[in-house]
Order: sequence, then C-alpha cells, then structure tokens
Amino acid sequence: MNESDRGGAAALTAAAGEEAARYSRREFIKRVIASGAVASAAVYVYGGLQGCGRGPSVAGGVERLISLNVNGEVRRVDVLPQETLAMTLRYKLGLTGTKLGCDRAECGACTVLIDDVAHYSCSTLTHSVRGRKVVTIEGLAGPNGELHPVQQAFVDELAPQCGFCTPGQVMAAVALLRQNPRPTREEARIALSGNLCRCGAYDNYLNAVMRAAAQPSET
Amino acid sequence: MAYKHIGKDFTPHDVVAKVTGQAKYAEDFRAEGMVFCRLLLSPMPHGRVRNIDASEALKMEGVLGILTADDVPAIPAPNAPILTKEPMFVGEPILAVAAVDETTAQDAIEKIKVDIEPLPFTIDPLQSLFPGGPNARSDGNVGNVGIELQTLKWTAADFARAGEGKLPMGKAVEEWSYGDLDAAFAKAKIVYDETFVTASNSHHSMEPRSCMAYWQNGKCFVHASLQSHTYTIPQIAQYLGIDPQDVVLIAEYCGGGFGSKGSAYPSMAIPALMSKKLGRPVMMRISRAEEYFIGSARNGFQGRIRIGFGADGKVLGVDLFIVQDNAANNGFWDFRGAGEAVSLVYTPTAMRFRAVPVYTNLPSRTAQRGPGQNQMACIVEPLLDRAARELGIDRVEIRLRNAPVTGSPVGGERRPVTSAYVREALEKGAARFNWREKLRENGKRDGSKVIGVAVGQAYHPAGFFGFDGLVRITPDGKLHIHTGVGNLGTFSHSATARIAAEVLKVDWENCIVERGDSRRHLPWNIGQFGSNTSYTMSRTNYVAAMDALTKLKEIAARELGGSPDDYDVDGSRVFQKSNPSRGLGYGEAAQRAIDLGGRYSGHELPQDIHPITRASASALAGTGLIGVAKDTLPGGATAAFAVAFAKVEVDLETGQHRILEFLTVGDCGRVIHPMGLATQLKGGSVQGFGLACLEHIVYDPQNGLPANVGLYQAKPPTYLDVPAEMQWDAVDKPDPTSPLGTKGIGEPPMGAAAAALLCAISQALGGHVFNRTPVLPDMIINVAAGRSQSHKPLQVHTQ
Repeated sequence: MNESDRGGAAALTAAAGEEAARYSRREFIKRVIASGAVASAAVYVYGGLQGCGRGPSVAGGVERLISLNVNGEVRRVDVLPQETLAMTLRYKLGLTGTKLGCDRAECGACTVLIDDVAHYSCSTLTHSVRGRKVVTIEGLAGPNGELHPVQQAFVDELAPQCGFCTPGQVMAAVALLRQNPRPTREEARIALSGNLCRCGAYDNYLNAVMRAAAQPSET
Repeated sequence: MAYKHIGKDFTPHDVVAKVTGQAKYAEDFRAEGMVFCRLLLSPMPHGRVRNIDASEALKMEGVLGILTADDVPAIPAPNAPILTKEPMFVGEPILAVAAVDETTAQDAIEKIKVDIEPLPFTIDPLQSLFPGGPNARSDGNVGNVGIELQTLKWTAADFARAGEGKLPMGKAVEEWSYGDLDAAFAKAKIVYDETFVTASNSHHSMEPRSCMAYWQNGKCFVHASLQSHTYTIPQIAQYLGIDPQDVVLIAEYCGGGFGSKGSAYPSMAIPALMSKKLGRPVMMRISRAEEYFIGSARNGFQGRIRIGFGADGKVLGVDLFIVQDNAANNGFWDFRGAGEAVSLVYTPTAMRFRAVPVYTNLPSRTAQRGPGQNQMACIVEPLLDRAARELGIDRVEIRLRNAPVTGSPVGGERRPVTSAYVREALEKGAARFNWREKLRENGKRDGSKVIGVAVGQAYHPAGFFGFDGLVRITPDGKLHIHTGVGNLGTFSHSATARIAAEVLKVDWENCIVERGDSRRHLPWNIGQFGSNTSYTMSRTNYVAAMDALTKLKEIAARELGGSPDDYDVDGSRVFQKSNPSRGLGYGEAAQRAIDLGGRYSGHELPQDIHPITRASASALAGTGLIGVAKDTLPGGATAAFAVAFAKVEVDLETGQHRILEFLTVGDCGRVIHPMGLATQLKGGSVQGFGLACLEHIVYDPQNGLPANVGLYQAKPPTYLDVPAEMQWDAVDKPDPTSPLGTKGIGEPPMGAAAAALLCAISQALGGHVFNRTPVLPDMIINVAAGRSQSHKPLQVHTQ
C-alpha cells in the first residue's frame, strides 16, 4: 500500500465508505491468503467480529523468528504467519500506545508509520514489514522525553478528549507533515479522514495539525 | 473578583500521556499468567437455551474453563444479566470460555453445541403493543426503572382510532400534566398534531469495553473501561458477590463512553468471575462487533406531539406521547428526559406527558448524551420554525419569546431551575453569527445547491449534590485533591479539582490530582455522566477545601495565637491578616495536623460521609492535614443549555449536505476551563450531526438480525462530515447555587447542533419538516423531487 492508496481511500470515505473499506483492506486480504492461513487468521484477528458466526477453524500456523525495525531499534520476535502488526506491537513488543478500536481498518486508532507512510497496523501482516522502518507513537518523542512538535501541538491545543484515537491521529498527522510540511486545513482534513474520533475532537485536532505545521523546525 | 484558577486554561496532567501513548486503557494491562476469554453470543433474537454441550471444547489442549449463566450471580430482571439462558437479542452473551490464548478460546467456542429453542421476538414496540403481538421477554413487554414489569396490550380500537400514519395512543404507564390543556389549545392560533420517529443509534465508543481482572489476597483487581470511578464500585461488588471494600478498580483512562460506561455493566464481571474460577488473571478483549452488541445504544422513540402556538408565537399547550423502544433490558428513561425538556425549553402554559416504554429484542440501551432531551430537540425545533414562518416571526425571536429563565419550572413536579440564560445565549449567538445578515442567504439557490440558515437549542440537567470531597495537604506542602469521578475525556476531573486549589489558594504546580485507582484512596462521588461533574464535583471539592481551610486557620491560631478568624491563606501559607509575615507554610501546618491527630489528621471523621469516603480517609489518616466533608450545600434542579447556529448547503440532486458555518454557545454557568469547555461544545456538536443525519441502527424485521454492526455502516461522523472549522462561545454567568458558579454542559451542545442542522435542511427544502431522525439523503431527494417517502410515518429500522 502506498501513500496514494491511502489518500485515495480517505477521499472516498464520505461518499462511499464501504468501497473505501474494501479498497484499504485489499492488500491485507491478499497477503493473508498468501500466508495460507485464512481460517485461523479470521479467528485470531477477527475472532468473534461476526459475533455470532460459527465459521470453520484450524489451528494457527507456526511461529517464525524475524527481525523488525521498530522505533529505530532492531527487535527479534516470534511471529505467526497470520499475525497483524498491531498484535505484535501490543502483545509481543509491549508497545500498547497503538490502539485497537475496530481491528478491521475502519477507525485508524492503530495507525503507525511504515517507511514514513501511515498504515493501519491492524490490517498489516507483521511478516510484510520485515526490512522496513516501523514507527509507533512511542517512537516520536526525543531521547530525553521531549515531545515531537506534533505531540506538543496536540497538548497546546488540548486536542484529545478521551485520548483513545489520539495516537492514531498523531501518527496520521506526522505522516502528513513528512509528505507535506505546509498543508492547508483542507489538505489536513483529508489526510486525517481515515481516523475516526467518536468524541468529535476533529476541530481541535485540525487546529493542532495547523499549529504543528506552522512550526519552523517541523520535519 | 480575580480568580487564581477559575476561567483560566491549564495543561491537564493526563493530556501528555494521551499524546505519547503512555495512557493505559483496560486492554493495555498485562499480568503474570494472564489468559484470555471469549464469549459465545446468541445467534437469534429471542430463545431459550435448552442444552449446552461443551465436552469437546473442554477436552481441547489449552482450554481452561467455561462460565455459563449457572456460574454467575443472578441479576434481578429486567436488568441485563451477566450471562443468560434466555437470550433476548442477537449478540447477547450466553457463555464464556477461557484458554491459554485467544485463538484457542475462540476455537473452543466453535466446538460448543448450544441448543436454543426459538421464541417469538419483536423489533418494533408498536407490534408488541398490538393485541396478540409478540413479547420481547417471556416475563412481559412493558417496564422501566420505577415502572413495574408487566404485559400491556392496547386494543384494536386504540390502533384504529389513531388513523393512518398517526401514533395510536392507548394506555400509558407514566403520565403527568399541569395547567388547563383544553383551554390552551382553544386559545392557540396554530395547533400541530405530529407523529414522529427518532431512531436508536449505537454509542460505538472508540475503546471497546475490554476488561482484565485478577484476584490477590481476597481482593479483586479490575482493569475496566469506565467513565466513572467510585460510583461503580458498589455495582461491581454486586456483580461479583463481594464486599465493595474488596474491589480494587483501576480505570484511569476511558476511551469514550457517552453514557454507555457511566455505571458498571454486566460484561465486566466475566473476566473477574472467570479469574476466580481459574485462579489466573483473565483478559477479555471486546471486538468492535461485540461492542455494538453489548456496548449499548440510545433509546428510540415513536411519538406524537400536539403543540399549540399563540399568535405571538408563545407555546401555549403541549400534549406529548412517547412509545420508547427499551430494547431487551431496562435501558434508560429517555422518555422522562423528553417530557422534562419540552416542559422547560418551550415553557408551555399547559402540558400533558404520557409514555410507554416497551421491550424489544434489540441490543441493550443506556443513556446516550442527552437521553430524551436531544431526541426532542430534533423533533420540536423544526416545528418551532414552522410556526415562526406561519406567524411571520423571526426564528430567533420565537425562541426568545418561549425561553426559560432562572426559576422556570421543569417537568410534572414543576421544580424551578437554579439558573437559565437561554436568552443570553441566543442573543450572544445571533450577534456573533450575524444572524440577520446571514438570513439573506437562506434559501439561496446555486444550481442544485440550496443554502439553509438555522438556529437550534437543547437542554439537560447540569449537576447533582450530596456527594463527598476529600483533600489532603502533606508535609511537603503539596495539595492532593482526591477525586472519585471518572475520566471521560472532559478533563473536568482536574478542572473541578482546581476549585479546591482556588479555595486554598495553591498554585497548580503544587497540586496533585489523585484519581483513577482505588489504591489512591478516593471519595464517594457520583459518576461522570449527565453533564454533572462541573457542578457536583465543584461542590464536593469546595466543601472539602473549606474543611481544610478551617483546620489550617485553627492550627495557625493554636500555634501563633489569636483566633482562627484572624488568619487568611495565600501562596500555600496560612498567615495573620494583621501581620502577614507571621504564619505557617502548608507543609508545616500539615506536620502540625499529623502531630495533633484527631480530625486534623483524619483519625476522626465526620459521621455523614459515605463508607467509601470513610475507608479512603481512614487509609490516608496520619499522612497530612485531611479535609473531608459531605456536600450539604443548598442545591436544586440544575439546567444547562446550548444554542447552535448553522449555515448549510443542501444538494437537491444528491441529498448530501455540507455545513459551511457553525457556532455553538453554551449556558454552563461560570466557565472554569475554557479549552475544556470548547472541546465539550464542539465535540458534542459533532455527535449531534451524526444524530441528525447519519446514525441509526437497522434490523431485519423478518429475522431480527442487525444490518449495520460495523463503524462504516453505523456512520459516526468523520472529519469530512463536519465543518472544516467550528466556532464556540459561552454565556459565562454563574449559577447561584454552585459555590463558584459552575455547572455542567456536556449534553446540550449535541441536541442544539442536531436541531440546527435539521432546521437548516428544512429551510433549504422550503420549510419541509421530516418528523424523523436521522434525515438521510434519500429522504431529502424525495422531498426535492416531490415524491413521497419510501417509509411509513411510524416505521422503524428503515433502510
């Protein structure tokens, strides 16, 4: 999935939500099929998402030790073929700042950067990011804990409410500013539109993105 | 008077944790030996479990145990059970299985054979009220909190009498009235008799209600997603069948609730009960679909309103009848909120209110932001505009003429409200929005696009009284404000803590807000719901701080001579008014309090505080100067209001709309925290846009199956559904019964924004009133094309 894919999905959201859902999940589903673990992935990741579904099931695949580059560190981790990046981050690497709001590419709470591009980690297979640079919300602050300009702007604007979607919003904003350091408000709105906020803090989030974009040193 | 903290912005301690990912929500906790559990949910809308065969599942490697309705405390009907033998909606939990990992637990679920006998079901309250119609529950079809569970059927004559498309009005189970209704309607220049439907919509909080629990030394540690804190502890204890003192609740962050996590809820008992059975920590992750099923929704209405206006636009009479869709369990009493809202916001001279809450086989309901009040804002505000048009009155003016003022009565009991500044909000909003100027654009057409300009308003109570406050000054001079309120994301846990800092004149950097974890020893507070925190907890923090202030002055007088009245405080010092250099620092005073013991150190406590506060204060005794008190200040029926102004572009060819300009103004008493207020006003408005034009739950009447479980189908507003910029303002006039004038605001902005949007769409369509929420694009196209709607007036679960 590349940046234009993601932007495309975002632009479609308002007009054709279901189309957008299929679009952004296509790559993920293709890879799940390639992993040969369709049924057990459906159970592990989507287990119970149908709620009352009684689909078939097989035992999970075999874990394989791989190296991941996460927040600038190389992390060795055992990964199942069907394992999503969100689950690896949260349950194997202890990086719980990445949130699971839907686990099916609808909400954006799990957004991380992969090679500087925003991705839904709930719908990214971990084995597909080998050799790529993964940055999570925990990887933004400086070595002495100084906040990233986007994080600081989110604090200054009191942008979050409940905070659950906030890590995803921050990551989407960082991805935007890396591509486009001086976005218009409209561009920011479209770039972040793959991230839902049930508290409705959109106006504050956009104020924060525009504040961060106005910083001279933002990278 | 110049305040140190009130009305000033600050950086709440939890916002940095939220932007760095350090904030821990329920699913972010781990415990040694933690295992997972999964739920088996009902596949049918109503049935009776005849047999459960789990033998194959329990033989699987890694499967640790099962929990069924027989293993958990019974919850008295019609409250929602923890696990059930009579599932009453698709998705209701029947049993839980624990295993070493989640995959195994889910695989085990697939191997369990559950034999369920299907029972009659309904998804439409009117169908259940029809003679011979199905009951959603085997023990009745009508009831609610305060209304006995019963079977109620209207007569065929009741239905026939109503006529086509009108709500039948048979026997009601709740009723109140005041004034002479017949005389009011006789005097009215215009009388409308409208039948309406407001859809139910799911809360869909971003954080699903995952929960992790374990037991240690007889205590149950619960990591849960809750908007409230100490208020839920007795409820959790009841679910678990243990003493409240044995519950350790960790709920420092909550990923959204909007009413659905205000009280404890049955599913959170499952990991704790499973953990008790297994002797291991249990994590229960809740999926988005499960959150839809067990995470609650707003009560829907089928209603009828007769409303009469005088020639001057004054609302003279209202006759309101509401059939509420309760879903399978008790849900909430939205219908009461609806009646009260109409009685207060439009101040009719006479009113009758009747209601029937009916059970249906749909997912559980709880209060959702403005329960009842906001549905009525969506229905009545467009009718007000219709009357204004017919009477030739400006739409802001007709609202000014009907607006409540301080002391206006609310509900059947006609309780006077403690403050109401709706007029001020309307005037401030109209001036800032440039209402008169903007009206010139109303109805302007450009191609297929028409502009609508409108105003909307809404109300909700704004706070309670009678809870406890607890503050502590430690020998290091710090002021600890212990608060048992939750963290819904409003930052009001800290905004109201600043009331104590204000009273004791302590700089904010010397204050520590203790909250979110029972081990921090928290007082008995009501939950964070009902727009109440800014009133209720301002009061509790005020009385606790006043108690600490009294003790500080007494200690100073003891040490330095004179009487306590000779002393004042500032800069974390208590000093002689006549000689400010003579005094004690707060740290020294705290040490003296410890040395003195008794009531100064928390070893002696007031008699009237709640057992939870008593336990917390006792645990803190001897660690500093303890200020603790129950709020016995005079209170009353509080009321918060919001008004909203919107300019909307409606496309008559696509039925889509865009909100071009938006302003909301709150009447929330004195503003404590401007930035926090802004998030409430704007965020509430965003939810209002969803209520008005996007969100509803849809079920298939044939099979009782849900049609829109996920977020894409439920359609909570996205960035692209809301205006690119939103404006806000506040009246900023104090409530006289609140010590520093504060009151809540969380809920009214949603209703006001929803009403403003619906009224603007109505304006763009030449004044057409839909009498229904949500108003969807196809409905707009039908009106633009002069076609009738594809749904019948009383139909629910349309599209």
